[in-house]
Amino acid sequence: MFNIRSTFISSFTIFLGLILSQSAFAEWNALNMTEGVTDISREVFGLHMFIFWIVVAIGVLVFGVMFYSMYAHTKKKNPEPASFHENTKLEILWTVIPFVILISMAVPATNTLQKMYADEEGDINIQVVGYQWKWEYKYLEDGVNFFSNLTTDQDEIYNQTPKGEHYLLEVDEPVVIPTGKRIRFLITANDVIHSWWVPDFAIKQDAIPGFINTAWTIVDEPGIYRGQCTELCGKNHGFMPVVVRAVTPEDYDLWVAEKKQAAFELAQLTEKDWTMEELVAKGEGVYQMNCVACHQVNGAGIPGIFPALAGSDIVLNNKPRNVEILMEGVQGAAMQSFANQLSEVDMAAVITYTRRAWGNDAKGDGEIVVPKEIVEYKENKIKI
Amino acid sequence: MSAVIESHDDHHHGPAKGLTRWLFTTNHKDIGTLYLWFSFAMFLIGGAMALVIRAELFQPGMQIVEPEFYNQMLTLHGLIMVFGAVMPAFVGLANWLVPMMVGAPDMALPRMNNLSFWILPFAFLMMLSSLFMEGGAPNFGWTFYAPLSTTYAPPSVTFFIFSVHILGASSIMGAINVIVTIMNMRAPGMTLMKMPLFVWSWLITAYLLIAVMPVLAGAVTMMLMDIHFGTSFFNAAGGGDPVLFQHIFWFFGHPEVYIMILPAFGIVSHIISTFSRKELFGYSSMVWAMVSIAILSFVVWAHHMFTVGMPLAAELFFMWATMLIAVPTGVKVFNWVATMFRGSITYETPMLFAIAFVVLFTIGGFSGLMLAITPADFQYHDTYFVVAHFHYVLVPGAIFSIMAAVYYWLPKWCGNMYDERLGRLHFWLSFIGVNVTFFPQHFIGLAGMPRRIPDYALQFADWNMVSTVGAFLFGASQILFLFIVVRTVMGGKKATPEVWEGAQGLEWTVDSPPPYHTFSTPPEVK
Repeated sequence: MFNIRSTFISSFTIFLGLILSQSAFAEWNALNMTEGVTDISREVFGLHMFIFWIVVAIGVLVFGVMFYSMYAHTKKKNPEPASFHENTKLEILWTVIPFVILISMAVPATNTLQKMYADEEGDINIQVVGYQWKWEYKYLEDGVNFFSNLTTDQDEIYNQTPKGEHYLLEVDEPVVIPTGKRIRFLITANDVIHSWWVPDFAIKQDAIPGFINTAWTIVDEPGIYRGQCTELCGKNHGFMPVVVRAVTPEDYDLWVAEKKQAAFELAQLTEKDWTMEELVAKGEGVYQMNCVACHQVNGAGIPGIFPALAGSDIVLNNKPRNVEILMEGVQGAAMQSFANQLSEVDMAAVITYTRRAWGNDAKGDGEIVVPKEIVEYKENKIKI
Repeated sequence: MSAVIESHDDHHHGPAKGLTRWLFTTNHKDIGTLYLWFSFAMFLIGGAMALVIRAELFQPGMQIVEPEFYNQMLTLHGLIMVFGAVMPAFVGLANWLVPMMVGAPDMALPRMNNLSFWILPFAFLMMLSSLFMEGGAPNFGWTFYAPLSTTYAPPSVTFFIFSVHILGASSIMGAINVIVTIMNMRAPGMTLMKMPLFVWSWLITAYLLIAVMPVLAGAVTMMLMDIHFGTSFFNAAGGGDPVLFQHIFWFFGHPEVYIMILPAFGIVSHIISTFSRKELFGYSSMVWAMVSIAILSFVVWAHHMFTVGMPLAAELFFMWATMLIAVPTGVKVFNWVATMFRGSITYETPMLFAIAFVVLFTIGGFSGLMLAITPADFQYHDTYFVVAHFHYVLVPGAIFSIMAAVYYWLPKWCGNMYDERLGRLHFWLSFIGVNVTFFPQHFIGLAGMPRRIPDYALQFADWNMVSTVGAFLFGASQILFLFIVVRTVMGGKKATPEVWEGAQGLEWTVDSPPPYHTFSTPPEVK
């Protein structure tokens, strides 16, 4: 028996060693919670370690007694078992002592929680909206507004190219906050429940449709802080990271000015006369970023869940409905409105792309959509 | 006594022959056997799904399945393990053991007993068939939070709802049967406080089942209404409340967690006492601890929801109430240790599993206490730390206790001893496998890996690889378990009626295997 077991254990250890030495990412020290970069997060870390050491101490004590009697009170060493089977004093003692220990944990936990709940208006208030599968950030005072999408390449995910340093934790537009200011996040969702988590701030708040949850933080050090969605929200739940870039207040003001200038320039672009080739080329990029998750690279969708675009009658021959679906979404289905997520140019480009790609141009009317048509659509809607 | 039973058998038919014996049986032993084999089959199916999950997580990047199918696997794995493996296994043990332990001839409601088993395979066939439906199987996690499980669900969700209804009906019937049997059919002289602890644990479990299964039925019915009949219970756009779903679900879900562990407390108490050759320490405090845990389980549900944005007062209440559970749970662990203390211990396979249960379940309890601390829970919630926590209480907790029970009572059930060497080998493989699988998950959870993701950032790669290796070891060693059990049922060294030196209880006074009908005349309990 002993031989079988020890042979097995040693071969298992060798096997384990073999695979692990192959491992390219030496991150054996990723063992514990982050201390984070805010007063609150450091307090939470302290609480975590405090409770951890208490349970370790209890464990050593209880398992110590148990292992001792496993060693000393075997049938060989102690053939005559004792006959005691109750002891009121002992039983009261081991009911009361744990209770006292619990109180010593509850007091600091309650204090920290009260601090976290001391919610008030921030210097900067940012609305965070969860979508399947991206985040939208709206700066309530500064009027800046954008979506934040995963930028990790599909080829990296499907192991065609090497994975970068921030694999799955990188976005096109991080949410930017100034250091030293009180930032308040107003968190909600557009479709299903998501959860917005930045470990370094010890903020995790569910984003729930119909509710606005709040969280606040003050970050002292500039830096980039990464987190993820932590509530199962469908297929690409694992692919909607949160990236926060904390900068000095001066850099923050510069950034706001830049964002406003960029928005102005984008509006100018709708005036330009776009050719079909330009729109298709631009649309392909928009499609890769926003549509492939459901409708797939080849436009075939996933039968029964996400409709195909290749060969779809609406995409082939019904341009008005085609535009309407993208602008309004489809009630009761996963298709959401992209009216606020995409600029007029991107909207026109992506619709044009889907009407020309995958052989759709040959099968249907192949009509393109130009940015001005999207502007008109929006204006008509306002009139109604 | 045995003469009485034999003459009884002469008048009646023994078990019927062939398939009809199993289809139409009203015998608690046959139904117990059916439940146990069914749950083992589900354990293997749910386990295979877990291995798909772990194989995908072996390395970063998508290798084996697509995210869509990954979500279906994690959903079905959870549902099958909870409703198909753990719960039916405990019902099977209750069927075999409760009548024999209280000295009753059978369960009180034998035909309902047959029904409550035979609707189960259909429920699971339906649930599994959703894998082949258009749009795939349920993909919203075993907690099926709305609106992901309503507005955004695949069409198969309707079949899922129907199958949950059937499972609920089965559980409620099983629970009624256990309560009626225990309350009415105990042998003369067996007062409540003389009942074996396994019987006590099942009595409490049965009350929990009756209290919460209708709540689950209500939740899925509201989902059905939202999906097909235009209501908006959980749809914010229609004035509904997605958080309401979570309150209802966890009002069911938290007592459900104790439904899956209380019978384990009973089993482990019997086994530790037998192999320590010493009476259980603190019998009455064990009973009161279980009752307190059961009552507390109704007022802690929202600790699963600390991040939904509840008011401070609610967060504090649920934090304090949850911490309180540590007191009765601690009492149980201390009692087990005190039972072993100055005993005369031997380490047969059931004892090995029971000791591992106490140690590893306690580790799961420790992480549970950490999770109760609301501010820290904001960091732990929905990460692999939670995955590690509940697998520690469910796998080396509930599942180890079921395995311990099988090794402990199998010689009684089939009359043959299992192979002790193989049993110990199975234990050690499972013990190593379970720890290699789940212990590293504490690390990757604390380091920040969310649960229910098919792919992860590079810093989590190493420990995920270790965890996958452990999972395949654990999975493979269950094939050995199957082999050991089948071999024991087929033959082996004959077991005596007592089976174990120092085992206490009425089930050890009848032959091994017991006659088809036991205790037609009630025994006298002093």
